[in-house]
Order: sequence, then structure tokens, then C-alpha cells
Amino acid sequence: MNENTDTIAWNREHLAPGAAQDAVVKGITGEIEDKGFVVANLDKVVNWARTGSLWPMTFGLACCAVPMIHAYMARYDLDRFGVIPRGSPRQSDVMIVAGTLTNKMAPALRKVYDQMSEPRWVISMGSCANGGGYYHYSYSVVRGCDRIVPVDVYVPGCPPTAEGLVYGIMQLQKKIRRSGTILRG
Amino acid sequence: MAENETLTALGEAVAALPGARTAIERGAELVLTLPREGLVEAMRRLRDEFHFEQLMDLCGTDWPERPLRFEVIYNLLSLSQNRRIRVVVATDAATPVPSIVSVWPCATWYEREAWDMYGIVFEGQTDLRRLLTDYGFEGHPLRKDFPLTGHVEVRYDEDRKQVVYEPVKLQQDFRNFDFLSPWEGLTTLPGDEKVHLNRIEGGKS
Repeated sequence: MNENTDTIAWNREHLAPGAAQDAVVKGITGEIEDKGFVVANLDKVVNWARTGSLWPMTFGLACCAVPMIHAYMARYDLDRFGVIPRGSPRQSDVMIVAGTLTNKMAPALRKVYDQMSEPRWVISMGSCANGGGYYHYSYSVVRGCDRIVPVDVYVPGCPPTAEGLVYGIMQLQKKIRRSGTILRG
Repeated sequence: MAENETLTALGEAVAALPGARTAIERGAELVLTLPREGLVEAMRRLRDEFHFEQLMDLCGTDWPERPLRFEVIYNLLSLSQNRRIRVVVATDAATPVPSIVSVWPCATWYEREAWDMYGIVFEGQTDLRRLLTDYGFEGHPLRKDFPLTGHVEVRYDEDRKQVVYEPVKLQQDFRNFDFLSPWEGLTTLPGDEKVHLNRIEGGKS
């Protein structure tokens, strides 16, 4: 076994961005575009694909599920972002924690999160999921779902509007475009 | 009022049940206080003789200052007579209340809830498990002496790879909000005293 198999084989002799690199890229692109190919950065293509098919795990816990359903339905129509709700964590990329997370539900939420395949993201929707909200001092409510799962985007509001959730999803897409990587985490 | 006369008549009729006391609250609500002994038989008579066919609700209340600190409240409905009645039974944490499952089978979940929330024991109830609170929960949260934030909280432990219970540690202390509404409590808003005074003075002169 080569010792390089468990490390990433970076091209150490790449050209720095500039006129010389542009000339090479333009030359290759022009040559193979004639043959019906498109050239793009692999990680950008992967990120484009990921942002364009964010399949959320349906996790409506309380009243926040209603604006989430609004966002899925005809008026805001999250389908046009490629956001299609899934019933199984195995098929999901993002979990939208919509509503109050109770102590009793917390192990189930974590189990569902653990079952999701990577890369995976979490949107915390509404005051209760963000920090306990109205039930912050309650004996039965988790004071924020970030105590159970790592959260990428917090959508504020009680409940947030459907637009708020759509904006949160667009923020998540922006985050994936900015920080997404094809390397395994 | 004919409505109240029939209510009074019904109240007098059900007062014939052994150990019963009746009262009409808020002008239209018939309340029947029964002793624990013979509760099942009294309930059966309410169902069969007085046609209260349905048990709409069963709940508890906690009065810590009373010697019998708990009350179990049964709300009955008679669809055939368009009438409701409230039955109240007092008890304490140690004394069980007879279960009325043999009269209304739907009482099981209500009695489980009352036991879960208040620790009221129902004698004859074979399925007295917790209904609403967490698995392995300790205490009865709707008792007045139960602390609002409880005793434990959960978080995910990255090392043990599971959700763990820990004693409550509040990041932010409980805040005492004043509920003085500017529309109800305050007649003069802060900074608005002069305007308010002028309005009163101006009205007088």
C-alpha cells in the first residue's frame, strides 16, 4: 500500500491564479467545449447540487410545523429550491427542528439526527427550538435544541413566518456554498 | 328563570345521594361534592338514574393549605337532557380515590394523567402508569410544591454518545416580570405626567 492513499493527493505544482493560468484554462476549455463538454470546479458543482436538493427531515414538533407546512405549500413552494420533505432520516440532508423540544423527545431527536447520512445540516426553527423560548424555565423542555444536536441556522420568531423559514433555508444554502467541501468531515 | 329552576330541582334530586352536598356556582353550574366512600355507586346512579351518560373530563386540583389537599373533579355531560354537572371529591396524597373505570372506561387515561401530575392514587385502576411526563420522571409536576424548573435537564454528551440527565443549572435566573399593562394598570405613562395633569385640570376649569 502506498503511504499516500490515506492522505489527499494535492497538485503541488499548480499555477497561481493569473494570466498564465487563465491561458491554460481557456485553451483547454475551448478545446473540449467544441466536443460538447462543460468544464467546472468539482467542489462548486457538488455544492451547487447540494444547495439545489436540500431534502429536509420532517420534524414538526409543535405549532412551528404550521408555518413550515405553509413554506412547503403552493404559495412559497419550497419545491422550487429542490426542498422536498422526506419521511426518512436516511434520505434527508437537513433537519428542520420546528417546535418545542421536550426532554422526552430529546433522545428520539438525537437518534434521528444520528441516522441521517452526512453531510447533514440542522435548522432550528422558532424560539422554543432556539433556546426554550416561552418554556425556558419549564421542567420538561430542553433549553434549546443545540444542547442535543449541532445547529447551523437559527430562525427566530414565535412562530417564524413562512418567509422567515424560506430565508433561513436560503441562508443555509449560502453557508453550504461558502463552506461546503467534498472532503469527508 | 325556568333554566335555574330545573337546575335547582336537579340539585335537590342528586343531593339525595349518600353524603352529597350540592351548590350552584356562577348562577348556572351545578357542583356536587361527594365523599370518597361509595363514589363508584354514586357515579353509577348519576349515569343510570340521572342520565349523565358521558364523562367529559377528570382532573385534579391542589390546595396545599387544606388538610385534604387534592380534589378530583369529574365533569359529566348528559346529552339526552342537555345538562352538565361537576362532581368534586377531596383526598390527600396517601388516601386513594375509588377508580370509576367500571362506570366509564374512558377514565383510564384521565386517572393516569391525574396520578402523573398530582400523585393522586386511584384504587381499582389496574394501569396506573405515567402518561405525559418523561420516562423515569420523578415527582408530580402540577403540585404546588414542585419547582417550576424541575430537578433535571438533558443534554447530549459527546463522549458517551447519548443524551444524559443532569441537575438543573440555569444559565439565566428566573426573571420576575411585572405585568403592569400600560393599557390597564398605568393611567399615566412615564414622561406623560404633565399632559395627563393638564387633561384633568383642563377638564375641570
